[in-house]
Amino acid sequence: MTLQRERPRSAAKGESTGVRTARAARDNLRTEPRAVRVALIAMAVIFLGVFVVLPLIMVFAQAFSRGISAYLAALSEPEALSAIRLTLLVAAISVSLNLVFGLAAAWAIAKFEFSGKTVLITLIDLPFSVSPVISGLVFVLLFGAQGYWGAWLRSHDIQVLFAMPGIALATTFVTFPFVARALIPLMQEQGTQEEEAAVSLGASGLQTFFRVTLPNIKWGVLYGVLLCNARAMGEFGAVSVVSGHIRGETNTMPLLVEILYNEYQFVASFAIASLLAMLALITLVAKAFLERHLDEGDVSHDH
Amino acid sequence: MTIEVRNLVKRFGSFAALDGVDLKIADGELLALLGPSGSGKTTLLRIIAGLDWPDAGEVSFDGENALARGAGERHVGFVFQHYALFRHMTVFENVAFGLRVQPRAIRKDEAGIRARVKELLDLVQLDWLADRYPSQLSGGQRQRIALARALAIEPRILLRDEPFGALDAKVRKELRKWLRSLHHEINVTSIFVTHDQEEALEVANRVVVMDRGRIEQVGSAGEVYDHPATAFVHGFIGESIMLPVQVEGGVVRLKDKALDIAADGAGPGASRLFVRRHDMAIVPSESGTLRGQVTHVRSFGPIQRAEVVLSEGDTIEIDAPRDRELRTGDPVGLRPRRYRIFAA
Repeated sequence: MTLQRERPRSAAKGESTGVRTARAARDNLRTEPRAVRVALIAMAVIFLGVFVVLPLIMVFAQAFSRGISAYLAALSEPEALSAIRLTLLVAAISVSLNLVFGLAAAWAIAKFEFSGKTVLITLIDLPFSVSPVISGLVFVLLFGAQGYWGAWLRSHDIQVLFAMPGIALATTFVTFPFVARALIPLMQEQGTQEEEAAVSLGASGLQTFFRVTLPNIKWGVLYGVLLCNARAMGEFGAVSVVSGHIRGETNTMPLLVEILYNEYQFVASFAIASLLAMLALITLVAKAFLERHLDEGDVSHDH
Repeated sequence: MTIEVRNLVKRFGSFAALDGVDLKIADGELLALLGPSGSGKTTLLRIIAGLDWPDAGEVSFDGENALARGAGERHVGFVFQHYALFRHMTVFENVAFGLRVQPRAIRKDEAGIRARVKELLDLVQLDWLADRYPSQLSGGQRQRIALARALAIEPRILLRDEPFGALDAKVRKELRKWLRSLHHEINVTSIFVTHDQEEALEVANRVVVMDRGRIEQVGSAGEVYDHPATAFVHGFIGESIMLPVQVEGGVVRLKDKALDIAADGAGPGASRLFVRRHDMAIVPSESGTLRGQVTHVRSFGPIQRAEVVLSEGDTIEIDAPRDRELRTGDPVGLRPRRYRIFAA
């Protein structure tokens, strides 16, 4: 009270100091003392440096430690080429399967009401909560020689385990949740009104899906595919169990990295690893790009 | 196109959204479904459109069973409450959608589609917005585009869910007038859902008042206002005073006091006395049917709204003309000019 009564006497000066203190107080509310800020930022930078940047540099440093020709030679080994081919093939198969499954699951969950929906959502998340090694073992139990379908498969001369189909199956299982997880919240938020509008205008189910639903979720689909692909190419645990490690035949890139490393072929091992690291970097950039598009989508239908 | 609905029942779990609804809608009629939230009006609209299916009952268009057809085959134009415009399409493509998804045999060629869309955009007076996206439009513009899109398929019936719900007051008023004149122009059987009585009474030829899955009354705006069929309609349409009364031997009692009004055949037993706020006349204290004291007065426009505590303890609000200003503390007598008594 006394302060307020005194202020008019030196109105101009009192006003400006008042404003300045108010601003300082507001800034104080928004930020921590300088020492705390520096300490927190330093911790974050050190952590990122030690756990992310340094390993990344080490991968490339090791890969190029004997020069670029040794690096290229390591990559053009038949074993390396076969691993790259297998990894790309397995990723293509599992990503396209999961694109279809994920779209179907997300469409069913987000646009329809049915009993057992929560059970289905939990099941979709199962591969995330189970150790990949267990996922691989499940396929051994099903398709292995002593497994559930083993005898039937052998009598029909179908090789699933220790061959490409087994690897693709295990990878598909492990990466199943990515597309569905990316789409369910997006589709739930968008609701069913546009689909209902399309149907009442005479569109068939497929027309509604391709002309209305899919264009609305295309960035979400790409986002899910991107993450699914990154995991499919990098999967180690489940694939390791079902692959059988037949050199030049059933080794994927991550498996080959481990084998070469255990054989002290560091350049070759890190050369393959550098490819996976580059995949990670590209994925990160693409992810940032897609996330911006997804956010824009949110904004444009909010107002 | 006439629409007939017979004994329609729709349940969501244990909640009956529609509980035996019968309704006939004449060709070219502009009908309002009016009711509070949860009264079943939107469910009824969605069942007529084919977006929901009843648990029991019949829906027929021109005597033909409509439930045998899917939503896309009913030729019903539906305007959604939040318009549901396709956000990734331009205004032009939104309006063209219904034409583009038609079976190839009857689909117009590109030039035909363009001409029809142009015609519709002219009709809703928004041809200059053809290249915009829905997110770039105002609420009123979206409403009109949604209407143009629904009209593109030359619907036999036009259904609109809360057509004015998401708009601000001024846009509402303009759009109401415009929609009424548009209805005369295109002359298609129309039903719209609203919870706003003023809207229903002003726009529609006939009003269907719904509550808890049942139709309470069907009639013109004047009929439902002047002759409400049930206590609910009296309470919902127009501002009403409600007093709990007892009717015994033709005598109406509020608490212990016998009121000097006729029971009009109501009762016997616990009943409810309804009086419109402006039908409660202010008279000298000793000659009033009811007596009380003014506790609060607000004046706006041509009326003053007074809160009166009756000597029986109930508090009511009345609307009085401003020829004699009321003041807080004034003792007043009240006499209902018109009233209705319904069983409790």
